[in-house]
Amino acid sequence: MTIGIVVFPGSNCDRDVRWALEGCLDQPTRFLWHEERDLSGLDAVVIPGGFSYGDYLRCGAIARFAPVLEAVSAFAERGGPVLGICNGFQVLTELGLLPGALTRNRSLHFLCESTLLSVSPGDCQWLRHYAADERISLPIAHGEGRYQAEPDQLKQLEDGGQIVLRYVANPNGSLGDVAGLCNRRGNVLGLMPHPERACDPAIGGIDGRRLLALAIG
Amino acid sequence: MPLFHARVQVSLRPSVLDPAGEATRAAAGRLGVSGVKRLRIGKSIELSLEAPDRATAQAQLELLSDRLLANPVIEDWTLDLAEAD
Repeated sequence: MTIGIVVFPGSNCDRDVRWALEGCLDQPTRFLWHEERDLSGLDAVVIPGGFSYGDYLRCGAIARFAPVLEAVSAFAERGGPVLGICNGFQVLTELGLLPGALTRNRSLHFLCESTLLSVSPGDCQWLRHYAADERISLPIAHGEGRYQAEPDQLKQLEDGGQIVLRYVANPNGSLGDVAGLCNRRGNVLGLMPHPERACDPAIGGIDGRRLLALAIG
Repeated sequence: MPLFHARVQVSLRPSVLDPAGEATRAAAGRLGVSGVKRLRIGKSIELSLEAPDRATAQAQLELLSDRLLANPVIEDWTLDLAEAD
């Protein structure tokens, strides 16, 4: 079991994700440079946080055309588990694997703090080790995490049980209190909070462990 | 091959909150201009493109605008196209 971690120029949580998986969960990983296309031997893929390609134009807009993401899209279409964290979530929306978009925080502040989340795992593979309505604490660190979708789209996501993570106290103005979204099939999860920063009790909590451990089985 | 100059204007869709625009509007008040009722920040992209003819240039610029320069989920765009001298 090996987990791929995508690395764009400007990614800055790739090593944190590796440390969380290998250091805390004893899970082998492989870095996937943005120009790679070979995902053979990988059981899941994580797109980590950061500022891919400088986030020029829009967050995730240029990353979306990276060769590695063609392979990741095909992997997701085959049912492979894909997790996008923070900038990775923005990339997944630009790529169209998840609907909507992430826009500037309502307050204009870059928010770096712990947030309480309500979990509605539904069919989401990544959240299968969490109970319905369980509350967990994960840190956020973003300037553009305010989820935006048209009202009918948002209603569809709510009705379909795809809003799997919600802020208990909405920090950024996100519509529907969306902190994380899953695709219908349940294999692609995007979330603004950072589970990899909540895997070691020494740095304030381990609520992210079960999420990253999911890929393991 | 003919060269075309184009300008693509990208603006946030009316339904999308623009907190940066609001902050700028507030600053206009502090400058003493109190009548600004609406201020929305967008992007203007200028580009020059080689294409065999105007129709091809138009089609390629529309593709670029819709798939790269703007995200239609949150943004609208308009395109001005001119052929170089």
